[in-house]
Amino acid sequence: MKSVVCAVLLLLPAPLLAWDKPVSGYAYLPEQMQAMQDDEFENPGIYAVEEGSALFHAPGYNGRSCAGCHGDNGSRLDPKAIARYPVYSAVHQGPLTLQQRINDCRERHLDEFPHTYDEPELITLETYVRHLARGEQVNVDVSGPLKPWYDSGKALYHTRIGQLDMSCHHCHDRYVDLRLRDQVLNQGHSNAFPALRMQTGAISSLHGKFRDCYATLRALPYEVGSEEFIALEVYLNARGNGLPIETPGIRR
Amino acid sequence: MKSTAFIFLSCLLMAPLAAEEAYLPWRVDNFAITQPLGGLRGDAARGREIVASRERGNCISCHLLPIPEHPRHGTLAPPLFGVGARLSAGELRLRVVDEKLINPATIMPAFYRDPARYNRPHPDYATTILSAQEVEDVVAYLVTLR
Repeated sequence: MKSVVCAVLLLLPAPLLAWDKPVSGYAYLPEQMQAMQDDEFENPGIYAVEEGSALFHAPGYNGRSCAGCHGDNGSRLDPKAIARYPVYSAVHQGPLTLQQRINDCRERHLDEFPHTYDEPELITLETYVRHLARGEQVNVDVSGPLKPWYDSGKALYHTRIGQLDMSCHHCHDRYVDLRLRDQVLNQGHSNAFPALRMQTGAISSLHGKFRDCYATLRALPYEVGSEEFIALEVYLNARGNGLPIETPGIRR
Repeated sequence: MKSTAFIFLSCLLMAPLAAEEAYLPWRVDNFAITQPLGGLRGDAARGREIVASRERGNCISCHLLPIPEHPRHGTLAPPLFGVGARLSAGELRLRVVDEKLINPATIMPAFYRDPARYNRPHPDYATTILSAQEVEDVVAYLVTLR
């Protein structure tokens, strides 16, 4: 009898995910930090939004500005479209992150030199644009041509790295809600990014956060804007489909 | 003169090599590493410090341990109260050295595994997490938890 029970237990699919519904990292913050994120006057990330707004309305090399096409305060930008990034770009034959989209646009329509990935001005603009879609549900379509990038991002998410030899999956899928010293592990979603990190008091891009995680695991990080991190961004954003965008969120 | 310079230069070259101790092999018998690493003798008091230290063992970031002067211990791994009564020194040593040999899916890092087998280690951390002596210290401490 006992062996039958054991055999049946072995046949059950192992619970690889500790969660079935995505929950924003917001729910894991202490109350003061939640209040700070919600209050536009308290949230220091709003500085980046203000700066981004100035850049958005400032003329580029050829005298045109983002606001020239997209409307004052981005009124002609569709929040639903912002929530769909990263999207597949036929021109690039691959994924295009929101930051790359902004960089591309600056180059083509303002005659500006393109920035390198995660240059402060670009993160600031990304923060501003994503802030316009605050509250909109993340909605990345990975059923079509983005599928290969989603898959490779997922593989990377599950790959053990560094001296500590753990993967993202270990902390953010399997041990969610449990404590690492005094910190409760959250599901590791990307909906708050670019976010204000309390550790540094500065805005951090998603790729900057990836590099931080790699450092925690004592692993050699990939470059910001690398193929690997872009694939990881595709996977993470799609993994958090349905969560409200919180940019600029407050995170530890 | 020439030979003095040669000795001096080779000392310079050897310095970083001497600082990093060589990786010592170990052998598993019946789910235990019965022989202490390098024949070293552990010190339980030092082991207790390593277990609590953020930079070295950092065991309490996941395990609950009888170290009350540190207020917050992690909850994601089993508490280790009485672990010395449940497992032998050899069994404890295997679990500290490489828990993945017991549970391949574990989150627990291998504290004394061949660094050549790491995936993308940061160059600053291309060594074992603990030294052989530190592993023995930790084992000596865990054995006292009865």
